[in-house]
Amino acid sequence: MIFNATVFVRLKSGYSDPEGETTAKALQGLGYNVTDVRSSKAYEITLEAKSREEAEEAVDEMCRRLLTNPTKDDYRFELREGQ
Amino acid sequence: MRRSDIRVLLMRAPGTNCDAETVRAFQDLGVQPRLLHSQRVFRERNLLDYDILFLPGGFSYGDYVRSGAIWAKECEYRIGSEMEEFVESGRPVIGVCNGFQVLVETGFLPGFEGRAKVPQAALGNSTHGYQCRWIRLKKVNKGACAILSGVPEDEILRYPVAHGEGRFILPPDRRDEYLRRLYENDQLLFRYAREDGSFAEGNWPENPNGAFHDIAGICNPEGNVVGLMPHPERAYFGYLMPQWSREEQPSEYGDGRYFFESVVRYVERKF
Repeated sequence: MIFNATVFVRLKSGYSDPEGETTAKALQGLGYNVTDVRSSKAYEITLEAKSREEAEEAVDEMCRRLLTNPTKDDYRFELREGQ
Repeated sequence: MRRSDIRVLLMRAPGTNCDAETVRAFQDLGVQPRLLHSQRVFRERNLLDYDILFLPGGFSYGDYVRSGAIWAKECEYRIGSEMEEFVESGRPVIGVCNGFQVLVETGFLPGFEGRAKVPQAALGNSTHGYQCRWIRLKKVNKGACAILSGVPEDEILRYPVAHGEGRFILPPDRRDEYLRRLYENDQLLFRYAREDGSFAEGNWPENPNGAFHDIAGICNPEGNVVGLMPHPERAYFGYLMPQWSREEQPSEYGDGRYFFESVVRYVERKF
C-alpha cells in the first residue's frame, strides 16, 4: 500500500525562534494583529508499507532518526492512504 | 611516531569549506594531510589508515534538514563502525563548525557513555542569524583534552565564526544534569569571552549565537573527539589575523597555530 505522510517539525517551545519572531514583526508592520509566530518545516513523504501501523511506525522512526534532533525539535505527522 | 609519518584525513562533502585552509595548516606543520571526498572514504573504508580525522566547516548538503544532519547520517550508515573504532583507538577526531555539528548529530559528542544513538545536544539556529566575524574565546579545559594541552589557558584566543546554526544547546529537561556532567568529565573546551577575559554571559556580540553557557567547543569524556564552532584554520597564519597589517613586527602565525600544533604534537608523542 502507498501512504502519504506530512511531517511537521518545529523548535520546542522555550527555544527562541528568530525566523518566527522576525516574521511576526513583519506581519505586525503590515497591520495584522499578530501576537506570535512559530516557524515550522514540513516534509511530504510518500512511502510503501503493508499496513497503516507499519507506515506510522516507519514515519515515526524517520522523525526520530533524521528529521528531528530531539534536543531541540518537536514533531507531529498526518498519514493518509495514497493512490 | 615521526611527524612526517602522521597522516591526516580531511573528509569533505558537497558544501563543505575551509578544507584548503586546513590542508595548508597541516602542511605547514610537516604532516601528511589528505583531502578526500567522503564518498571515496565510504567506498574504500580505509579510515583506520589515518592518524587524525578532520571534518571541516561549511554547509554540507546545503544544510538540508538541519546543519550536518544528512552528512552525519550518511557517515553513520556507511562508516559508522570504522568511526567508532577510530575514536576508541584514541586517535584525534576534530570537527570544526559543520564538522562539530556532524559529531553532535552522530552522537560522538558529548558522548557521555560512548557514542549515543540519539543526539544528546544540538547546534540550533543562532539568535542573530548568520554571523561571519571574529570572536574571542577562552580555553576552559583542565587537562582531560590531552590533544589540546598545547593551547594556552591564560590567553584570549581570536578565531572567526561563520555560521547560522551554532547555538550550542542541551535538552531542556536535562540541561542542568548535562552541564554538571560536562564539568565533572572536564568536557568543556572553549567558551566565548569578552576582551577583558570575562565570559560573555550569553550576551551578543561576544557570544555570537546565544550558545548555552557561552559554550563554543566541547570534547568527549576521553578527550580525543573535539568539536568547536569557531574556525582555528582561518586564524592559522599571522596574515589572517585582523590586526596583522597594523602590527610593527607582523607575527608569522596566528592564534589558530596553537590548536593544530597541539594536535600534531600529541600524535607525535602518543603513537
